[in-house]
Amino acid sequence: MELFFNQFFNGIGSGVVYASVALALVIIYRTTGVLNFAQGEMALFSTFITWWFTDQGLGIVPAILLSILVSMVGGAVIERLLIRPVESDKSPLNVVIVTLGLFLAFNALAQLIFIKPGAEALQMPNLFPSGNISSSIGIRKSTIGYAAILVVECVLLWLLLQKTKVGLKLRAVASNPESSKLVGINTGVMLMTGWGLAAGIGALAGSLAAMRGTGFDTSLMQQVLVYAFAAAALGGFDSPLGAVVGGLIVGVAESLTVQYGHYIGLDGIELVVPFVLILVVLLVKPNGLFGRNIVERV
Amino acid sequence: MTAQGESSVEAPVEGPGLMTRVPWLRVVVGLVFAVVAITLPFNNTPDVNQTFSQVLYLAIAAMGLNLLTGFNGQVSVGHGAFYGVGAFTSALLVVNHGWYLEATIPVSIVITAVLGIVVGFPALRVKGLYLALITLGLAVLFPRVTAKFVEGPGGVALLQPTRAQVQSLFPDILENDQYQYFVCLVAMVLLFWVASNLMRSRMGRAMIAVRDQEVAASTVGIDVARVKVASFALSAAYAGVAGSLSVLVTRVADASNPLIYFQLSIEFLIAMVIGGAATITGPFLGAALLVAIRKRFEDTEALAPALLGFALIAVVFVLPDGIVGAYRRLVARLRSRRSSGPSDPRPEVARSNSTGPDLAGTELAGPEPT
Repeated sequence: MELFFNQFFNGIGSGVVYASVALALVIIYRTTGVLNFAQGEMALFSTFITWWFTDQGLGIVPAILLSILVSMVGGAVIERLLIRPVESDKSPLNVVIVTLGLFLAFNALAQLIFIKPGAEALQMPNLFPSGNISSSIGIRKSTIGYAAILVVECVLLWLLLQKTKVGLKLRAVASNPESSKLVGINTGVMLMTGWGLAAGIGALAGSLAAMRGTGFDTSLMQQVLVYAFAAAALGGFDSPLGAVVGGLIVGVAESLTVQYGHYIGLDGIELVVPFVLILVVLLVKPNGLFGRNIVERV
Repeated sequence: MTAQGESSVEAPVEGPGLMTRVPWLRVVVGLVFAVVAITLPFNNTPDVNQTFSQVLYLAIAAMGLNLLTGFNGQVSVGHGAFYGVGAFTSALLVVNHGWYLEATIPVSIVITAVLGIVVGFPALRVKGLYLALITLGLAVLFPRVTAKFVEGPGGVALLQPTRAQVQSLFPDILENDQYQYFVCLVAMVLLFWVASNLMRSRMGRAMIAVRDQEVAASTVGIDVARVKVASFALSAAYAGVAGSLSVLVTRVADASNPLIYFQLSIEFLIAMVIGGAATITGPFLGAALLVAIRKRFEDTEALAPALLGFALIAVVFVLPDGIVGAYRRLVARLRSRRSSGPSDPRPEVARSNSTGPDLAGTELAGPEPT
């Protein structure tokens, strides 16, 4: 039983990262209707920016904050320059292609800019002390820290979306772009804000993900992205709450599969679990656990 | 291999192509291509021939994706998985059961088509981005599942048929690399011919109709579900053939890199988009360009993907309908310019019919000052 709880909380730790990336995906999906395949690689690039700041002698906290800021600007610029011109097209293919192009480009750019040939894996300084919270309870201090970050992130986001004027505008644009234009909301700025927010959350998620392992390289976010997609699909693509819950479920499911998988012949293929989850959810309830039913007029 | 005939709702006023209006030109161009294609492997080194073969089988995979995404409108970012299934089917049959590689291709077709049907059914419920997600999952899962159940030398999922197992059936006439090239060439020509004819058939028109107006298609009696699942199966089978051929040419079926089939899926998309989605020649041109970029920058590891990424974005902005689409627009523009001159003998109707939709304005501009 103790093992179970250890794995459970370990799963929460990675679940926080998945939930954050899923949250970023959902924010972009809600505001612009785009599934951002490049989310993970944008976060990867931000992670390298965080690392670069720490390499310049900055502490980890200011480095992450600065990186979030840079990423928000970057995300907004990407939306304006690359996504909006192709977004109006009828077919979703063009946007998918642009985000896939960004996926390739960001991954390769991170490699070209930050990694010197022959260098070993980069090391992200830890935000939290290592070790367990007490000798009797097998919960890592960092897990508590990650969970706290997720809670803070969610509260801030909730306050922003529900209690500020910008949040109201964002939600208005997400629910009906045409009408929000008519009541004088600058939808373009809101779309950029959405992408900026998502990129900022991604920067945080990437930096946390880089701390969890022993060193990181440019493949850091690809698996995370896959899990985040699973989380977002599980929760329903238009629900931030769903993304967080989905992320935690996927994280715990992954961790438990790693632990208990070999009893049922699943060891080494824990990635199967999130996809079985997605498939079941999409087949039984195509809008996800928390998603709205979309009524389409033809 | 002419690109005419596949009209769509986006370009409804597509007139007869240059080659149709000048019948002998078609024969000449066809002959030139045939001669070049057949003599090519005899004038090059084995390395270069292998590169040509790669272009050919990647073109098949891109065409498979094109049938699904370009003509039927179902976005897949996981076709690498079908390619991988084809590759491992062939490699396993060759390595463990001593088959001829050529004989494994039909098996690959059957297995990937069945798999395509299995994936196609959930695809009926989920559309657009969700479908892209499911196919993404397929591409990410495939190497892991394979790595679990396939054990090659060294315990990793990597099968390498020996040279003897994939060598030329006619060792006296053809070298191995030449033989492999011709197998790929025959397969590609055959499959492109099938695709080209299919798109002019009832089934092909139904695929396009489902892409453009699903509800309208169902009201005119098209069985939308059947068309979608069939497109999936067909498209998967194309990718499977490409996978089998890749084993013939490179002698490797590799699932040791967990993201390799996802990256391949993206490459198929690149080839299709750069060449021109929903065209017949597009996937081939795209595959050629893709291999060229890959080859040119193979020493600098990260540069090729960076360039491909930028190229992909640039194509969407500059040539949203790919190389073939750009070529068609160019031809249409040249023709409309010529035909609006005073010496044009053809009647008005034919002229307006031969102009691209986005060039309607030039029609009204009157005679050009020549």
